[in-house]
Amino acid sequence: MSFTRLLCAAAALAAFVGPIAAPVPAMAQSKTVAITAIVQHPALDATRDGIVEALKDAGFVQGQTLKVEYQSAQGNPATAAQIARQFAGSRPDVIVPISTPSAQAVAAATRDIPVVFTAVTDPISAQMVKSMEKPGANITGLSDMAPVGEHVALIREILPQVKRIGVLYNPGEPNSIVLVKALKDEAAKVGLSVVEASVPKSSDAQQAVRSLVGKADAVYIPLDNTVVSALESVIAVGQQAKLPIFSADTDSVARGTVASVGFDYFQVGKQTGAIVARVLKGEKPGDIPVALAKGTDLFVNPKSAAAMGVTLPDAVVKRATKVVGQ
Amino acid sequence: MTEIALFGAIEIGLVYALVAIGVYLSFRILDFPDLTVDGSFPLGAAVCAVLLIAGVNPWLASLAAALAGAAAGLVTATLNVRFKILHLLASILTMIALFSVNLRVMGRPNVALLMQDTVLTPFYGLGIPDHIVRPLVVGIIVAAVVLLLARFLGSEFGLAMRATGVNARMARAQGVDTDAHVYAGIALSNALAGLAGALFAQTNGFADVTTGIGTIVVGLAAVIVGETVLPARALALALVGCVAGSILYRLAVQLALSADAIGLQASDLNLVTAVLVAVALILPRLKAKASRSTKAAR
Repeated sequence: MSFTRLLCAAAALAAFVGPIAAPVPAMAQSKTVAITAIVQHPALDATRDGIVEALKDAGFVQGQTLKVEYQSAQGNPATAAQIARQFAGSRPDVIVPISTPSAQAVAAATRDIPVVFTAVTDPISAQMVKSMEKPGANITGLSDMAPVGEHVALIREILPQVKRIGVLYNPGEPNSIVLVKALKDEAAKVGLSVVEASVPKSSDAQQAVRSLVGKADAVYIPLDNTVVSALESVIAVGQQAKLPIFSADTDSVARGTVASVGFDYFQVGKQTGAIVARVLKGEKPGDIPVALAKGTDLFVNPKSAAAMGVTLPDAVVKRATKVVGQ
Repeated sequence: MTEIALFGAIEIGLVYALVAIGVYLSFRILDFPDLTVDGSFPLGAAVCAVLLIAGVNPWLASLAAALAGAAAGLVTATLNVRFKILHLLASILTMIALFSVNLRVMGRPNVALLMQDTVLTPFYGLGIPDHIVRPLVVGIIVAAVVLLLARFLGSEFGLAMRATGVNARMARAQGVDTDAHVYAGIALSNALAGLAGALFAQTNGFADVTTGIGTIVVGLAAVIVGETVLPARALALALVGCVAGSILYRLAVQLALSADAIGLQASDLNLVTAVLVAVALILPRLKAKASRSTKAAR
């Protein structure tokens, strides 16, 4: 008896599912892009909107020559895995997973459908690709790692005499280790030296920044939760010692760092969409190098800069997306 | 629903069937509401992932994940049995502690396994499509678990465990060491959750600290859906019901994922899933009520 009930339930479900999920008849020469994100929040939603916008610029207009499927896993990785399977089955022209877990689930679900990931900070350690320059296989995408190179360039533009950059970070934060390594690479390229000071806990931040006075011409704070939570004490030392403090994130500029370049996730989406368009036009994902998101938002804080003995060049202030205090 | 999506839903349903069986063991057999699985599932994923990266054999890594889950269960059981903390609270304490433990185990929030050998690797080269191989391998593991567990629960030890859950005082009067059976049962329940976590990490290519969110909800829903569609007295059938319930739950999610065709948005997913599961639970009851009232009318 009970087995028949089970069968009935299964049959009822199948009857439901069958017609609803029948593939929508394709429009003439229309392409399908399937986008998925682990969760809905402003940055990820803006990324999605940017992708659609960039595709429109490239001639793929949603509703006319482009069909966009979108699914959010609502924060649940098991659902992310199921969405990945659904996309693997519906075979869109490109799958665009936003965020690391969604990207990994999609990569595990298909080996042949083109995948363009975005908002994945470190695609190598997430095992999305073996190499940034030549991803191979069916996957490429865009990394939203903090644009450390642009940060170094910004510090040099504001302080042309800078020779030594101090960096405050907690060696226990994996993200910071990645960024400090990137900082050393970028600094070496332009002949700057890097002086490290470790901050194992927030209460050590003040002492650590004092240790940099006289040893560094400017201080850089990566996206380090330990240091950022003690930001005010670091800035106080910077003002007393006339030591300019820079941050990797733009939010800290409002709290008193001199300046930073950060992302507008709509623009990150547009940069991703440009890659998606290349794939739709026939390029193989494996031949397209993984791109680094470009910083588009310049935040400056002239008042805090003055307190640290820095006058911001007019060109920088003019270019800024946001001037704190105005 | 495409074939790949269908097999995908079945595969994930089978992985979570292990959680459902674990939840059945704690909630139904031992009458011990245990939320530890929200932590032991990602713990299993974390332990398995770290061991795979270290080059350990995938089967051994999965076994270690189950043992880690069992250890987490023992912590909850100890807090409850030894220190008399309310079972629900004891399991919540273990669950939240495990979040930090999982971060320690992995050393970062996300460990990728996309390029590692897993228990599935040897089966990929057999000429069967990937999307069928995965549910097949997971299905065989689940079937083995169901068979072993049915035998275990029919053994003297297993019967004593069931007696502990039904009436602990009576069981003690019969000379059953109820404490030992609570330890064993909760450890076993969480071992299954840990094994499920290990399989999830291997079939999806990553272990992530957030993987545990809502595990208990999914497990409980699967148990209850299973009991509704397969109301069995026989224990082996009840275990099969857990598996069926878990797969049906995933099919409901799959259905909800396809709901944009009828004007629903991506953000409606959880609501649609909840409504579908609720309908599955209410329908048999309505039917029973209807048949009762027709009988009464006669």
